[in-house]
Amino acid sequence: MKELNELILPDDVRFTEDHEWARREGETVRVGISDYAQDQLGDIVFVELPEAGSTFGKGDEFGTVESVKTVSELYMPVGGEVVTVNEELVDHPEYVNTDPYGKGWMIEVKPDDLSEMDALLDRDAYLRQLEG
Amino acid sequence: MKEVIGTTGLVMNEPLLWEKGVAGRIGFSMPRRDVPEAPLDASLTGEGPDFPDLSEVDVVRHYTRLSQWNYGVDTGMYPLGSCTMKYNPKTHERQAALPGFVNAHPMLPASMAQGILALMHELETCLAEITGLPAVTLQPAAGAHGELTGMMVVRAYHNDRGKPRHKILIPDTAHGTNPASSALCGFTPVPVSSSARGVLAQETIAAVMDEDTAGIMITNPNTLGLFEENIRAIAKIVHDKGGLVYVDGANMNAMMGIVSMGAIGVDVMHLNLHKTFSTPHGGGGPGAGPVCVTEALAPFLPVPRVVREGDAYALSYDFPKSIGKVHAFYGNVGVLIKAYCYILSLGKDLKRVSQLAVLNANYVKERLKDTFHLPYDRPCMHECVFTDKNQEAHKVTTLDMAKRLIDYGFHPPTIYFPLVVHGAIMIEPTETESKETLDSFIAACRAIATEAAQSPDTLREAPTKPKVRRLDETLAARHPHLAG
Repeated sequence: MKELNELILPDDVRFTEDHEWARREGETVRVGISDYAQDQLGDIVFVELPEAGSTFGKGDEFGTVESVKTVSELYMPVGGEVVTVNEELVDHPEYVNTDPYGKGWMIEVKPDDLSEMDALLDRDAYLRQLEG
Repeated sequence: MKEVIGTTGLVMNEPLLWEKGVAGRIGFSMPRRDVPEAPLDASLTGEGPDFPDLSEVDVVRHYTRLSQWNYGVDTGMYPLGSCTMKYNPKTHERQAALPGFVNAHPMLPASMAQGILALMHELETCLAEITGLPAVTLQPAAGAHGELTGMMVVRAYHNDRGKPRHKILIPDTAHGTNPASSALCGFTPVPVSSSARGVLAQETIAAVMDEDTAGIMITNPNTLGLFEENIRAIAKIVHDKGGLVYVDGANMNAMMGIVSMGAIGVDVMHLNLHKTFSTPHGGGGPGAGPVCVTEALAPFLPVPRVVREGDAYALSYDFPKSIGKVHAFYGNVGVLIKAYCYILSLGKDLKRVSQLAVLNANYVKERLKDTFHLPYDRPCMHECVFTDKNQEAHKVTTLDMAKRLIDYGFHPPTIYFPLVVHGAIMIEPTETESKETLDSFIAACRAIATEAAQSPDTLREAPTKPKVRRLDETLAARHPHLAG
């Protein structure tokens, strides 16, 4: 397991208290799980994602991630319509471990209200939460 | 014995059965035909399944060799938390193998099956006394099946009152199957957090219990090995809103003869005969998950039910509100026989079973709490939960230590459960382990903690002694290779 100072926590994403990240990319928001979350879960073996076109509210469960240790729910950082899901994860769930903010992204959301992004934690606030 | 009990010996390599034998080899002689030959419907014929061609000795050696790679309660201590892997006395096998039992066909008329029906009726009576819940079904095949059956009874009860309900409260210290069983039954599980003391607080329940909530599903003792001490107050809150209290009785080994579930407000619970009542489980055989309920819920139990009519026993379907059958015939009857033997063998000493199970768990907890981090430092019931926090600095995990225990000759405990404890190590020694065995287990845990600090790689590479080393669970899950 990583020490807190070994965690990759980029500046260009926002975090939820449940360890999802959200990155604004034009009109949409890309979502995945943090380096801390993947490190805690261990080797990811399966990611269950919704169909494109589904809509969820902020905080709703949109899928699950299964590791050798456990199964965890995934929660929407912002409400909106899922426009794309990362189909690559079907054959390569390990991307969530190796590149959580890049190839390990999970869904792309067209948010109902972009200002919901402002309520998410920035890098420093998330790190403070981890330091607990 | 002074030596570490884990060692190595001569074990045989063994391929899959499909890699053994030769085409046309056969280990079975068909009996002489005593009916005339008749044509078969074409839909019943065709290519058979892909079975290997083997002789009897091929098969016997195959399973004997695999058994040498294996570990079971007959090999050593198996402290798998919440699974109650106690020793299974051999007398159970002997009684269950009596010809009158093994030759009884499930379609015999009741008049020719009085013995087994009497046994089932007696077992129901014993389980009713142990739980304080007067009506019992023996049908469910195992714990989760018992949960489902119990929740179906809860649903039938609310529907019968003309007030269907849709939610069920599930504490975060419940068994993982609880939310699944209730969801399968059509309820929406509502998660409830335990308090800092590791148990449910009545205020938490009062805040969420409403008249669309069918009830609460509590594992008691919970998966932290703690008794839900507020259960009576919680039951009252749930009952006042018209709900029912379900207790997952998988951890009943802590409470036989000590807690009357009926008296503390429980309406329905299941028992695991293959845990508390010492029938084989895991690879050792099927289970049984009887469900015990209050008189008010009795009309909804599965049919057929064993009923007593004078001095005779019969199977009755005459329960119009019943949820119906939940198992072929009458459940896993062989398991029922073994559990009945256990109850008769111990009699009033069943209470001692629970007392000693609790004593053993507390002994392990007290002797290891300076070695492993103990998140809830208070008296436990049948199991205790540690974490890998003290070993984190050495980058040694719960998994590494669990694997290393195999080298020392012990089955690993339950790990990473309950989820509310980070890096959980959940140890349930059961009453069947002697103090010498517990001391030897404790010594192994201490030695492993020392290794974690001094030679952490030893742990990361563990186990090194068994035939099969650490498996690549990730590869197995990502790319399962199914043969045969």
